[in-house]
Amino acid sequence: MIRFIILQNRQGKTRLAKYYIPLEESEKHKVEYEVHRLVVNRDPKFTNFVEFRNHKVIYRRYAGLFFSLCVDITDNELAYLESIHLFVEILDHFFSNVCELDLVFNFHKVYLILDEFILAGELQETSKKAIIERMGELEKQE
Amino acid sequence: MALSGMRGLSVFISDIRNCQNKEQERLRVDKELGNIRTRFKNEKGLTPYEKKKYVWKMLYIYMLGYDVDFGHMEAVSLISAPKYPEKQVGYIVTSCLLNENHDFLRLAINTVRNDIIGRNETFQCLALTLVGNIGGREFAESLAPDVQKLLISSSCRPLVRKKAALCLLRLYRKNPDVVNVDGWSDRMTQLLDERDLGVLTSSMSLLVALVSNNHEAYWSCLPKCVKILERLAKNQDVPQEYTYYGIPSPWLQVKTMRALQYFPTVEDPNTRRSLFEVLQRILMGTDVVKNVNKNNASHAVLFEALALVMHLDAEKEMMSQCVALLGKFIAVREPNIRYLGLENMTRMLMVTDVQDIIKRHQAQIITSLKDPDISIRRRALDLLYGMCDVSNAKDIVEELLQYLSSADFAMREELSLKAAILAEKFAPDLSWYVDVILQLIDKAGDFVSDDIWFRVVQFVTNNEDLQPYAALKAREYLDKPAIHETMVKVSAYILGEYSHLLARRPGCSPREIFHIIHEKLPTVSTSTIPILLSTYAKILMHSQPPDQELRKQILAIFNKYESCIDAEIQQRAVEYHALSMKGAALMDILAEMPKFPERQSSLIKKAEESEADTAEQSAIKLRAQQHSSNALVVTDQRPANGTPPVSQLGLVKVPNMTNTDQSTAEQELPHLNGALTVVDPQPPSTPSPDLLGDLLGPLAIEGPSGTAPQSDLGVASGLEGGVAAGALAIAPVEEQTNTVQPIGDIAERFHALCMKDSGVLYEDPYIQIGIKAEWRAHHGRVVLFLGNKNTAPLFSVQALILPPSHLKMDLSLVPETIPPRAQVQCPLEVINLKPSRELAVLDFLYKFGTNVVNVKLRLPAVLNKFLQPITVSPEEFFPQWRSLSGPPLKLQEVVRGVRPMPLAEMANLFNSLHLMVCPGLDPNANNLVASTTFYSESTRAMLCLIRIETDPADRTQLRMTVASGDPTLTFELKEFIKEQLVFIPVPPRAAAPAPAPAPVPPQALPPTSSPTAISDPGALLAGLL
Repeated sequence: MIRFIILQNRQGKTRLAKYYIPLEESEKHKVEYEVHRLVVNRDPKFTNFVEFRNHKVIYRRYAGLFFSLCVDITDNELAYLESIHLFVEILDHFFSNVCELDLVFNFHKVYLILDEFILAGELQETSKKAIIERMGELEKQE
Repeated sequence: MALSGMRGLSVFISDIRNCQNKEQERLRVDKELGNIRTRFKNEKGLTPYEKKKYVWKMLYIYMLGYDVDFGHMEAVSLISAPKYPEKQVGYIVTSCLLNENHDFLRLAINTVRNDIIGRNETFQCLALTLVGNIGGREFAESLAPDVQKLLISSSCRPLVRKKAALCLLRLYRKNPDVVNVDGWSDRMTQLLDERDLGVLTSSMSLLVALVSNNHEAYWSCLPKCVKILERLAKNQDVPQEYTYYGIPSPWLQVKTMRALQYFPTVEDPNTRRSLFEVLQRILMGTDVVKNVNKNNASHAVLFEALALVMHLDAEKEMMSQCVALLGKFIAVREPNIRYLGLENMTRMLMVTDVQDIIKRHQAQIITSLKDPDISIRRRALDLLYGMCDVSNAKDIVEELLQYLSSADFAMREELSLKAAILAEKFAPDLSWYVDVILQLIDKAGDFVSDDIWFRVVQFVTNNEDLQPYAALKAREYLDKPAIHETMVKVSAYILGEYSHLLARRPGCSPREIFHIIHEKLPTVSTSTIPILLSTYAKILMHSQPPDQELRKQILAIFNKYESCIDAEIQQRAVEYHALSMKGAALMDILAEMPKFPERQSSLIKKAEESEADTAEQSAIKLRAQQHSSNALVVTDQRPANGTPPVSQLGLVKVPNMTNTDQSTAEQELPHLNGALTVVDPQPPSTPSPDLLGDLLGPLAIEGPSGTAPQSDLGVASGLEGGVAAGALAIAPVEEQTNTVQPIGDIAERFHALCMKDSGVLYEDPYIQIGIKAEWRAHHGRVVLFLGNKNTAPLFSVQALILPPSHLKMDLSLVPETIPPRAQVQCPLEVINLKPSRELAVLDFLYKFGTNVVNVKLRLPAVLNKFLQPITVSPEEFFPQWRSLSGPPLKLQEVVRGVRPMPLAEMANLFNSLHLMVCPGLDPNANNLVASTTFYSESTRAMLCLIRIETDPADRTQLRMTVASGDPTLTFELKEFIKEQLVFIPVPPRAAAPAPAPAPVPPQALPPTSSPTAISDPGALLAGLL
C-alpha cells in the first residue's frame, strides 16, 4: 500500500504531497524534509529504492523533480517504480510537455489527476486514456 | 503556461516565486494568511468563488511547509456547496489538510453520505474519494453498506465502482470489525469476472486484503485469479490502453499473483496446471530489453511470479530455475535488478530449502556488501545473515567484522547485532565466539548494545573450558591504549571472576590486574563503576596469599566511594568494605557466579521484534510462521506473569509466592481434566528474563542458587502407565530419569499440530523437535527436525516410532549424535491402512551431559489428516444421504457436554478439521451439514457426510449423524468429531481457570425435555428428509 506520495524539486520545495495514512501536520513536514534528504544526494547509478523508517521509498527523478512513493517493505518495487512513470506520462499528456511550472500553477489539477490514479493508497486506474478522458469530463463541469 | 483559471491564485503563486529569499516569502505568506483570516471572519460578503480561491491558497501555503491552523472549517463547509466547482475544492482540500482523526470531519459525514447515495455521479465520485483517502471509523460505521452496494450495483458506471472498491478497501483495512464481509466471497467471485480493467484492478486490491485475513472464505476466487492471469500473461487479451510498453497491465498481473500467494496451495490439478503454465511462461519469457520502462514492468511481473512459485513449493525443476534466475540477477550491474535479486534470495531462504545452492553465490553477495549504494549493502547484509549456518559462519562473520570498520554509521548497529547473533548461533567453537564479540566491542563499541556483552558473559560463565581463554583475551584488550567503555565493563567483569585462572602468567598477578583495570576508572561513567568495584572485591578475595598493600589500596577505594552520591555505587562500596573485613566469610559470599539457565538469546528476541508495518500481513511471513521448524531457537512460551503453563506432561510448577485461592484452583484444575499432575510448590526455576538484573545486581548478594530448583524433579514417579482414558487426552509419559523440563505445553503443541501441518512438537532447553508434514490422500510425508540448541553435542539420540495397527510408518535413520547448534531432518513416511483414531507415538531419547531425557510424544498423524474437504451440491448430497439409510453405515448420537460455542465457531472448527461445511444444504439455520473425503488403503477415497443439529436453547448438547460407505469409518469419524466437540484444549496461557471440562455435568438435560417442540432435534431431522 502506498503510504504517501511526494513531489519535490531539488531544493526540497514540495510540489505535491498526498498522504494515505493519518499524520499530523508537523509530522508531514518532517517526513517531507527527511524524504528530500534521503533521495536528493543519491547517485543516479544507485537503486531507485531506499529504506525509510519501517517502509521503503521508491523514487524517480525527472529533470529537477523527485517523485517519491512510500510503500510497504513487502510491496513490489518495480511495479511502483513504473506507476511513477505512468503518472508522469499522464501529467505529460495532460499538460502537453509538462514542466515544473505547470505543476506549480496548476497544483489543484495535479491533485485531481492523482485522485483518479490512486485511491486509498492503491492504483485505481492504469489506463492513461481513461484518466485523460475523465479529466476532460470534469473540466466541462467547472 | 497558467491554466489555473483563478487569477488571484496565479498572482499569489507568482508573488511567492518572485521572493528573493525565505524571509520575503514568509512575509508574503503571513500577509496572505492575514488577508484570508479577515475574509473568512465575515463570511457573509464572501462569494463561493472567493471562498474557493482562498481555500486553494491555503492549500498552497500548507504545501510550502507553513502551518495553517485555521480555515479547516471553511474547507469542510465547501463540501456541502450545491455546485460542483466549490464542492470539488471542498473535497480535495479537506482530504489534504485533515486526517481521519480530525473532529471537523464529523461535520461532513451526513453530506458525504448524501453524496454517496445521491444520483449525481460526479458527487458520488468526490465523496468516495474522500472516504477512500481519509475515512475513519465513523465513516465505516455509517457508510460501509452504501459503498458495498455501489460496488456491486449494475447501474453504476465502472468509474464509480472502481472508486467504491478501493473506498471499501480502506474502510475494511481500518476497521475490519465494522465492515461486514460475510457472504462477500460470492460477490468477489463475480467481481473477478469484470471486463473493465479499472474495476478489476481495484477489486483485486480489495481481494488481497480480504484473503490475507481469511483465505478460507475466498477459495472460490482462486480459479478466477488464475483465469485473469491467463488472460493477461498468456492470451494478452486486454484493450490496447491497458498495455504498458506492450505488457498487459503489469500492475494487475502483480496484484493477481499477490492475491494467489495468500492461498496455502492450489489443489485442483487443472487450475494448478494452468497456473504453472503461465508462471513458466513468465519465468522463461522475460528478457532484458533496452527500454527501461518495459524492462522494469516485465521484471515487476517476473519477481512477483518468482515469489508465487516459491510460495507454491513448485516442482524441483522450477525451483532451481528460480534460484538460477536469482543467481543471475545478483550478479548484474543494473542496480535495481541486483537489489531485487538479493532481496528475493533472502525471501527464498525463508520458504524453501535452498541454502546449499545460494551458498555458491557467497562471494558475489559479499561484493554487494561493499557496494557504494546503501540500499544494496543492506540487502546483502540481510542475505548473508539469512544464509549463514555452521559451515560458513566463520567466513561470513569475519567478512562482517572487517566491513564494520568502514561501514557507515547508519548500518553499524544492525551489523554488530547481526554479527553477534550469527557468532552465537553458529560458533564452531566457543573461543571463536568470544573473539568475535570482543572484536565487535573493540571496533564498534558505540554500536554494541548491552545485550551483546551480557550474552558473552553468560556464555563464559556457563562454559568452564572457556573461562581461562576469555580472561586472557580480556587481559590483552586492556593493554590497548584507548578502549571503549563497554570493553572496560566486559573485561572487568570477566577478570573479576576468572583472573585467578591466569595467575601464573606474566602481568596477571592480582595486583597487576587490579592496576590495569583501575587505570580505566577515571575515564568511565557511573554505570561502570559498580562493576569495577565488584571486580576489585573479587580480586581481593582471590589474592592468595593476601597482598596487604593491594588490600589497603582497594579498601581505600571502597572507603572513598562510601560517600558517593550514586546510591548503587555507595551501597556496593559500603557492602564490599564491610565484607572485606570478614575474612573467610568473604569466600562464600563472593564465590564465583553460578551458571545461567539456558534461555533464549535476548539478541535473537531483539532481532525478531523489529516488526514491519504493512497494510496486509506479508504472505511470506504467514508462510514462514507455518514453517517455523527451521528456526532453532523459538520464543519461550512462558507467560509474562511468571506462571508456567499448566502442562499435561505432569511437571507443573506453581509459584508459591501467590499462594491465594486462585493458585489452588489452578493446581486442582489439571486433576479435573483427568491428566496426572504433580504439583511442585517451588518457585519457578526460570529466573527473571531480565539479564540486566542478573548481571548488574550486587554480586555479593547472589548465592549459588541457580541449580537448586532443578534437583528434585524426579518426583514425577507415580506417572508411569498413568495414561488417561480418552484417546485424545493421553499425556506423554515421563520417565523418572528426566530432570529436564519441556518448554511450552506438549499437549497444546500436539493439538495445534493436529490442525496445522508444521510447527514445534517438543522443546526443552536442549532440543527442539519441529515437524513439517504433507498429506496427500492416504499417504503422508512427515519430516522431523531435530535441532540441538546448545553449544555441546547431544549424544545417544534414539527415535522410535510406535505405530498403531492402522498406520504404516517408516522413519529414516536418526543419527546418534546431533552436533552443537545443528539441525537434522528425519523424514517419516506414513500410509493410512484403515480408519482408526489410534495414535502413533514417538519414543525419543537423548543424553546431554549426565541427563538422560526420554519423552514419549504423540504424533499428529490423526484421522483428519486423511480427510480432504469436498463441496457437494444438494443434487449430490440428498441421494447419498438417503442411500446410506441407517446403522451401521449411518450412525446417530445425541452428544452432551459439548463445549458451548456459536455455530460460526463450530463451522470454523469443522473446516479446520477438513470437514467442509456446506452452507445452505440444511434449511434450518441451527444445523450444520459437512462433507469430506476420507482416504485409506482399505477404503480408498470415501465420501463422508455429517449433519449436526444444535439446540439454540442449550449449546451443550447436539445431535450428530455421520454417514459413509464403510461402517468402521462411520463409527471412527463419529467418535473423532465427538472428541473434538467435547474436548477442551488447555487454555493457551493457563492463567485463568477454565470452565468445567469434558465430563458430562450431572444435571445435563434429558433429551426430550426441551422447552419447545421446534428445537427438538428429531422433529428437525424429519423436516429435512
